[in-house]
Parts: sequence; C-alpha cells; structure tokens
Amino acid sequence: MTELNYAAPDSLDAAVGMLADAGAGARILAGGTDVLVLLHGDLIEPELIVDIKNIPELTEISVEDGAWRIGAAASGMKLMDHEDFAAAWPGVIEGVALIGSVQVKGRASVGGNLCNASPAADSVPPLIAAGAMANIAGPGGKRDLPVEDVITGPGQTALEAGEMVVSFTFPKRPPHSGDCYLRLTPRTEMDIAVVGAAVNLTLDDGGTCTAARVSLGAVAPTPLLVEDAAAALIGTSVDDAALDALAAAASAACDPIDDKRGTIAYRIKTAGVMTRRAAETALDRARRN
Amino acid sequence: MPKAHVTTTINGDAYEVLCEPGQTLVDVIRNGLGLTGTKEGCSTGDCGACSVMLDGELVCSCLVLAVEADGKSIDTIEGMAEGEDELHPLQRNFLELNGLQCGICTPGILIAARALLERNPDPTETEIRFWLAGNLCRCTGYDKVIRSVQAAAEEMREA
Amino acid sequence: MASILENSGFNPDKELKIVGTNPVKQDGPDKVTGRAKFGADLILPGMLFGKILRSPHPHAVLKSIDTSKAEALPGVKAVVTRDDFPELPPGTPGGDLSRNVMAREKVFYDGHPVAAVAATSEPVAKRALKLIEVEHEVLPHVIDPVEAMQPGAPILHDHLRTKGVEGAEDTPTNIVERLDLAMGDTDAGFAEADVIVEREYDSKPMHQGYIEPQGCVADCNEDDQIEVWCCTQGTHVFRDRLADILRLDSSRIKVMQSEMGGGFGGKTGFYGEPLAIVLSKKARRPVKIVLTRNEVFRCTGPVSGTRSRIKMGCTKDGKIVAAEAELIFQTGAFTGSMFFNAPHAMFTRYALENIKTTAWEVVSNRPKVNAFRAPCVPQIVFGVEAIVTELANKIGMDELDFRLKNAATEGYTTLYGATFGPIGFVETLEASKETDHYRSPVKPGEGRGVAAGFWFNRGGDTTGSLTITPDGSVNIMLGTSDVAGSRVSISMMAAEELGVPLEKVRANFADTSAIGNNRVTAGSRTTFSSGMVIVDSARKAIDTMVERAAEIWGVSPEEVTFEDGHCRPASANVGDFEPLSIKDIASRTSVSHGAIAGHSEMNVTGEGPGFGVHIVDLKVDRGTGRVDVTRYTVIEDAGKAIHPLQVEGQYQGGAVQGVGWALNEEYIYRADGTLDNPSFLDYRMPVASDVPMIDTVIVEVPNPNHPYGLRGVGEVPVVPTLAAIGNAIGDAIGIRPQSLPMSPPKLLELMDGDETRAAAE
Repeated sequence: MTELNYAAPDSLDAAVGMLADAGAGARILAGGTDVLVLLHGDLIEPELIVDIKNIPELTEISVEDGAWRIGAAASGMKLMDHEDFAAAWPGVIEGVALIGSVQVKGRASVGGNLCNASPAADSVPPLIAAGAMANIAGPGGKRDLPVEDVITGPGQTALEAGEMVVSFTFPKRPPHSGDCYLRLTPRTEMDIAVVGAAVNLTLDDGGTCTAARVSLGAVAPTPLLVEDAAAALIGTSVDDAALDALAAAASAACDPIDDKRGTIAYRIKTAGVMTRRAAETALDRARRN
Repeated sequence: MPKAHVTTTINGDAYEVLCEPGQTLVDVIRNGLGLTGTKEGCSTGDCGACSVMLDGELVCSCLVLAVEADGKSIDTIEGMAEGEDELHPLQRNFLELNGLQCGICTPGILIAARALLERNPDPTETEIRFWLAGNLCRCTGYDKVIRSVQAAAEEMREA
Repeated sequence: MASILENSGFNPDKELKIVGTNPVKQDGPDKVTGRAKFGADLILPGMLFGKILRSPHPHAVLKSIDTSKAEALPGVKAVVTRDDFPELPPGTPGGDLSRNVMAREKVFYDGHPVAAVAATSEPVAKRALKLIEVEHEVLPHVIDPVEAMQPGAPILHDHLRTKGVEGAEDTPTNIVERLDLAMGDTDAGFAEADVIVEREYDSKPMHQGYIEPQGCVADCNEDDQIEVWCCTQGTHVFRDRLADILRLDSSRIKVMQSEMGGGFGGKTGFYGEPLAIVLSKKARRPVKIVLTRNEVFRCTGPVSGTRSRIKMGCTKDGKIVAAEAELIFQTGAFTGSMFFNAPHAMFTRYALENIKTTAWEVVSNRPKVNAFRAPCVPQIVFGVEAIVTELANKIGMDELDFRLKNAATEGYTTLYGATFGPIGFVETLEASKETDHYRSPVKPGEGRGVAAGFWFNRGGDTTGSLTITPDGSVNIMLGTSDVAGSRVSISMMAAEELGVPLEKVRANFADTSAIGNNRVTAGSRTTFSSGMVIVDSARKAIDTMVERAAEIWGVSPEEVTFEDGHCRPASANVGDFEPLSIKDIASRTSVSHGAIAGHSEMNVTGEGPGFGVHIVDLKVDRGTGRVDVTRYTVIEDAGKAIHPLQVEGQYQGGAVQGVGWALNEEYIYRADGTLDNPSFLDYRMPVASDVPMIDTVIVEVPNPNHPYGLRGVGEVPVVPTLAAIGNAIGDAIGIRPQSLPMSPPKLLELMDGDETRAAAE
C-alpha cells in the first residue's frame, strides 16, 4: 500500500524537479476535477501529488502584440471572466464554459482538460481550431507542441516523464476572424460531449474564406484536426454548398465508438450537423470582426 | 500515513486540523470538524451539494483536497446567516416561497446562489438556471428554487 | 361516537383559518442554515466507519471469503460476512431480504454486498476491503427480462416456481408470477370498435435519484439493545424487517429517523442498516455507514424496466369499448416490484367495461427494484395515454373531450374491485381545457402533448398522538416520515381543529419505541393518514377539555361546546360562563386530572383517488434529436390543498422527475453485466437549465372521508409525464416514440427513418 504525499511548489523548476524524481508515481494537481475523482474512485494510486497552482506562470493570462498566452492551470472561471481574452477567442471560451458546472470551472483548467486526455474534453477542439501551442517544461528544458499533437490516445499524452504543460500561446488573429465551439449533449449542462465541433475561420475583405481550422471531439480516440473539413471552406464564401461539404467531411473524419454516451451512427451523423452549426456561428463572428 | 497540518479559516473562525493528504475538504469539514451543514451527494463534483466558497471562489468541496485549504478562507452554509437570527435574504426567501422540499441540496444551492448574486445582482431566469446547473435538486423541479433566488435578488437590489 | 373513519366531520362550508395558507414549515429554518441532521450527519462518541465490499460480478457462486488479512489491519474493529447473519430459508420474504443485504450462496448483481468492515476511519475501512479475499465461481448472467423468461436462460434462484401458472411447479424459472385480471368481455368490446390501436412499448429502469445517499448509524449496547439512526420512509417497517432478518425481538431495535434528503419510494427498504448493526454488535461501538453515489446507483432500488403490448378500441363517436394489455416487469434479483399496481391503475380513470390484462414479474441479474412514486404505473401509462391520444386523433375528436367522454365518475367499479366515491377526474379535465396553455396555439416548430394519470392514494396503519401542555401549547407525535413537508401540513390541521395559532403546535417524530406502528410513508398516504389520526387525537383531546370545562362549571359535558380554541356554554340556558381557553383548562386541570392528550391508532381507510392532466410543449432538434421542453402545465385534483405551495412543489417536482425519465434517464449495462453509468454524470437527471417553470393548477374536489377533504398528491404528478412528453414529441415529429427514454439518438433515428420511408414512397 503506497503512501500519498502532497507538495505545492512555488516555482516551475521545483515542480519539474519533483515530477522528475517521483517518476510514474507522481500526479499533477491543477484544478483537481479529474484527478480527485480518479483518486477517490481508486482508479489511481499515486505516491505524490504536485499542486501546481502556486506557480505564477501557470495561472497568468497575458497578451503581447495580439498574441495571447494563458497559464495551463488558470481556472475556467478566471478565463471566462477575462473580458479581453473572451472577446478575442469566443470559441475557446465556449469550450471552457462547457467543462462543467460553475463549481467545477472554479477549479478546472484548460491544461488539466487537455492532459486528462479524454477524447471528449470540451476545451481541446477549440484550442486545436485556434492553432494554439502547448508550452511544455520538463527535465530536458522547454518545448512547444501544437495542441493537436498532445493527446495521443484515450488517457495518453505525448508528454514525457517529468514534463508538464505550462501555458498555451495563441496566434495573433487577422481581421475578419471568428471561432465557435458547439457540443452535443442530451442535457444542457453537466454532460460529457457526445460530439464536439470547433471551427475557426478567417475571411478576406470580400468575404471569401482564406483560412480555416476545424476540430472535432468525442468522435475518435483523440480530438481531431480535420483538414478536409477546413479545405471545404477555404476559397469559398462559406455558402450552403461549402457548409454541406464541410458537414460531409466532418462526418467522414469520424472514427467513433459505441458507448453509453452515443452510438457510432449517431456520432457520425451529428458530427456533420454540429460542425455546420459551429461554422455558421464562426462565420457570423468573422463577418462582424 | 503521514498527516498534514492544515490551518484554515472557516466562516471567520480559525481552525487547525490534521488530515491525510488524500482527504477531501468536504470530508474534513464534515467528519473532522463536525460542520455537517455542507452535504455530500456524489463525491464527483456532479451534484453541487458540497458547494462552499474557497477564497471567494465557488467550488465543490469534494473536488478540493483539504491540504489545499491551508492558509485559505472557507465559507460554508453555517456562516450564511448574519448574527443570531438574521437570515440572509436568500435563506428567508427559500423559506417563504418553499424553495426547498427535503432540504439536502439547499445548503449548496444557497451558497451557489449567493455567489451568483454577488457577481450579478440582476440575473435573468436563464442565467440563474445555468449558474445553478451544477446543483442537482430532485424534489422541486427547480421552479420554486429559481423563484426564491429571483425574489431574493429583487429584495437585495432594493436594499 | 362514530369513528372518524365513519364520520370524518368534513364540512365544505367550514371557514378555515390555517388550512389552505402557506406558513413557513417548521423544519425549514434548520434546513436553510445547515443545522438539520440528515442520515450521514450524526456523529457519536467512539463511532466507527463502515464500508461494504461488493461483488464485481453480476452472477456468481460465493465459494469462499477470507477476511483474516482485513481483520489484522490496525484500526479495523470488525469484519462481517454471510456467516454473521442468521440463515433464513431462500424464497421467503426474510430469506430474500437477508440475501439482498448480504449475499449468501450466490451474488446476484454487480455490487451485491459480500462483506463489510468497521474501522476507526473511512480510509482504513477502504484499505481493509482490499484485503478481503473472495473466491467467486462466475456464472452466466441475464440482464434483460424477456431473455430471462426464455427456456435455457441462466436461472437465478433454483427454488423459484412461477406463481399463477398451472403445471409450473416442477420447473425452475426466472418468472416470479403471472397475474391475470379481467372484467367484461373484451372480444365483444373490440367487435364494437370502429378504430383499434395496438402497440408495443418498452422502458428502462430509472433511479429515484434522491440527492442524499443512504446514511445510518447503528449502536448496539452492552445489553444488546440496538439503536439505529437512519434516513427512512418507514421506521416501523425497518424495525420489523431488521428484527426478522436478524432473528431478534422487534422491541430490541429502536429505529430513529433523521431528516431525509429525498426518498421518492427508494428509502422504503434498507441496505446498509443491518450491516451496521451486525458490525456494531461485533465491535461493541457505534458504526456509521454512508453509501457512495456509485453504491446508490449499483445497489439500491431502481424502478422496473418494462415491456408492454397494449390494445384499445373505440367507436367513431368516441367511446372506448375495450382495452387489453400484456405487461412484463423486471424486478431485479428478488421479487417485490409491486407490478400489480400497473394492471390496477393503467386504464383506471376511464369508465371501461371490458378490460383484460396479463402481467408478469421476472427476476434478472440486476439490483432488486424499489418503489418510486406510483410504482410501476407511469411507464405503462406511457403507452396507454399514447393510444388514447391516437384514438382521439383518428376519430377527429379533441383529445381532452375524448378523455372527458370516457372519464370515470362516482359509482364506477374498477378492475381491482373498488367503487369510486366522489372523484375529480371530470373537473380536472375541464380545468385543463380552461388553462391558458391549452387554449394557446402551439408555437411553430413545437409539438404539444397531453396525458392523464391516476393513483389510488393510500391509507393504512397509522398511529399518532397529541398532547396539550399545561401552558396550552401543543405537541404532536408522528410515526410516519416527513418526505417533503408533511409535518407542517399535519400541524396545520391540528391547529385548525384546536383553534390555536400554528406556532403553538410543534410536530415531533417518535422513534419506534415511543409510538405504535406506522406503515411506510409511501403511496401518497402520509398527510392524509397521519392527518387523520392527528385530527382524531385533537378531537379526543377536545372531548377531554369539554369534560373538564363542564366540571369547572358544574354542568354536563353536553352543555359545553368547543370552538375557536375555547370551551363555551352550548347555549344561553347553560349559564353565564366566560369562555375557557385551552390554556385555562390545561393549566387548571392538568395537575389534578393528568395531562390532556389524544391518541389514535387505526388502519386508515377512505383514501380519495387522485387524477391529473399534464400539458407539455416542446421542440425537437431535427439535426440531433435533442428535446427542449418549452412549456409545462400540471393540473391535478388535490382534494384540498392544506399548504398550496407544497402541493405545487409536489406537482412541479413530479413533472421534472418525469421529464428526466422520459428523455434521458436509464440504466445502461455493459455486456459483462456491470452497470455502465453509476454516476450523476452519466445517469442524466434534469438540471436547472433543462426545464422551464412548471405551471400548476390545483383542482379541489374534496374527499369527504377526510376531515379537510384531502386526497394525497405525491404520486399522480409523475404518472402522466412520460406519456405527455411522448405525445408532444409525436405531435412535433409525426411519429410517437414507443421506447423510453426518448433519447436524442432514438429520436434522430425515428425522424431519419421517417424521411427514408417518405423518400421511398
């Protein structure tokens, strides 16, 4: 029977050192909304819990020349309450807003949502669609990884032993850009996504789509970046035909499972529907920016 | 098991407690300190019965380790009424409008609703419903819960 | 004097001062301040924490259980298994109950208890569970009730033989009982029909979903006197059944009720209590057991899943001429579903002459079901009211008019043999027609559904007492449970009888040693029945006060009347006496003559059936199958609303529970027979943002058998919900679903299937 210890380092170096020393026996505690459920459900038995919320850069939100950086352990409520960030990336905030209840979002972080590595994590598709980078620190130093490359399978990440996500950086947004995240759940709140769809697009002055990124959650072992779906929009005025092609490409990209939250057929069908709706809102936002 | 020493303030009173590193805040509040007004309905953050304020943030105390509360300030239902018999307007309106039936979800709902009204003194029905979506109630169908919050908000705005 | 059961003294013209108002309930202040003590809130000196080891298999022989390592763990004070319980014969009520709380020969469902530990802390108890070694011989399992009925299905209980089927004596089976009920001649009835609709329906188990997990503390003292504190809907039933399975005298067990954080029927039976008792007896210390939410879902009472085939016919002028049904109920691993309620209630509200029903109860490898508001009825009414609406649509009649034309009235004799007294179904339907909701057009893109429901309401064994203190204030003592505010309603009736302000009346809950038997608080019986015995007690106390006033004045009791809280001379001829208040009498005579009290125990009869109509508007998302309920109205006959706000609360809460059951709530099993969704995350009960305000109309057609005319309002509010929502979805998408829950994937498939069919035509 292992003994559990708790540490709350106040510097990144200290945290990385502790994680490296403890190896597989360590778990990072950010918001704790996944880790504590696993711990008390006897699904994990760590020897060390490293609370990273006392490390300043983990919870900061900043912007430099239009490019945002958010700390990986910043709580969902802190992000939602940050009016400028919320105005810049409404789709990301839509994902954050769906992570859980107000109580859960008072603790849960985007970093935790990503590193829990659920295919259904609500904040991940909009981060992928945004083109966000995960800034990682570890015993070997710092590195950046596109968010879509962090999750490698259900519960699995590309992080190496002792590594942790410190923050996320977002690209500077061109004019006429908009994003949106929509998720499908039976209830309005407190559910895990059956399908999640994020669309981020940019228009030129004439209204033609010049760039797009589309990401889907809960329809495959990992959240997907769907390039075919983005291609369906780029070069079009995002008209009905383009949206139909987008929906078809989104459905075609799905590789879901049957589970208690949805069937394969249902997920494939609704992935197209939800992606189309997300694109319509993203388009509306882009036109107004 | 190594025990951790935690110093915390609950409803303005200082507490010191020894707890296991894995123990949740709700466990320590209820079983360690005997403050049983905070309820535990699911232990997974899905019902909101254990809602408390942790340094001003609305949280589920089943999703917080007690050791995390070291040096922090906690507000629970036991501290909601002011003084001996001055109920908070939310408490009074829940009583008068029958915003509670069995009462098990009530402490969590009151704590969550107070946090809402402190941020937003004039919430719409939809805002109240979404803010309280993390607080399950099985008795009332939510109707009188929402009406009680609305009435309290109105009263507090006029005060 | 005639018993209150023969003459309730109901007077429709009586001017009421307290009944019908909305005072704050006495338990409210403690509940808004966190002081109320629920099942898990009791802390006793020396108390240990109990945890339960549960089977990971749905069906297995328990070969051996080795607890030695757990017992050796420091801090562990007791470990118990089947060997610590008396062996009762299988297939008897006690034998089944005993085996449900602690597995004996076999485990029958995922989560079935196999051992329990008491330790100095919960973490230690949890660690000890992991040290218990259990050897299982895993057996094939069966989850679905129809599969469980087939020849060759895995047999749960070797002793089980089907009741109600001739020649079944020799064959082990999973079919507990076949129940046939009929009246009239359905063949002749259907022959008269111009339109016949016959459909099949299915439903999944749903959970009562109370937010308070079961919690208890048991303390067995050195004289083997046992005290149990718990959240229960029936202290006396708990006591008697605990005594039965522990082979003890009932007088050795004192059950005390905590505040109860929701029950809805699910707390009419016990789970952790007997284990806590046996652990306490072994450890010689108090033991607390609080179930986790996971345990609540896996091991405590869901409701029965069902299959049904229902057939009804009507003439083109709108008379329902015959109805037939075949019903299958899964009861979980042990009998006890109360499935008979369904044939009794499913058609009851329509004045049918020709009915034939066959109902089956079947065991399978699931937790034993427990009661839930109107047990076994809503999921069957789902089909009945769908067909009623379809019949009305087919003959082109307004569906409320169709229901009105067929509505049962006073004098109708039901399938279960009762003849209705004054009932309010017609009034409820008429009130429904008058609602703004029904008179408003359906919004574009939405659908509207209507359905009606019935519940018997119940009486039964009830005991209560009332004491006037020397200062004139009043204590009442109840032995039923307060599930949502009965104590204030009962106190209000006592205050009304005695003519004292409500603040003068305090309600208390007696433990089982302090008051006579009370049936469980269930079936919408408590405010009715406990109200009856408390009114009876108050009247007995009034009789005593009248006698004492007569003695003070030197007149005969017949010359004294009691009104408005005072004894007064019955007429001017009696003499010129100042009225005597309750306090005057109590303070002057209690010392010389003893306390003034009333006491009443009876098998309460005279319950008044309840009827309700639900109207719902909703939208169905064509792209996803999601349903958004936009407007909801409940119209129901309360007889008399003692505390109208609480009655509304019953209507609203029932409706929203039904919304959850209709749309999303279901038990989902993995192929290995384990429950896949034992959490609030995946067992999807409605949250605040899922529902609109629920409008209510309280109809009051008094039940003259009750002193204040009340009927009972706990069950009916959930009966029509599933059907009303199904009918609204049918109206919105053109196809009426036949499978519960009507979840988004099912609705999308229905809609897309319809498009495919339309395209092919």
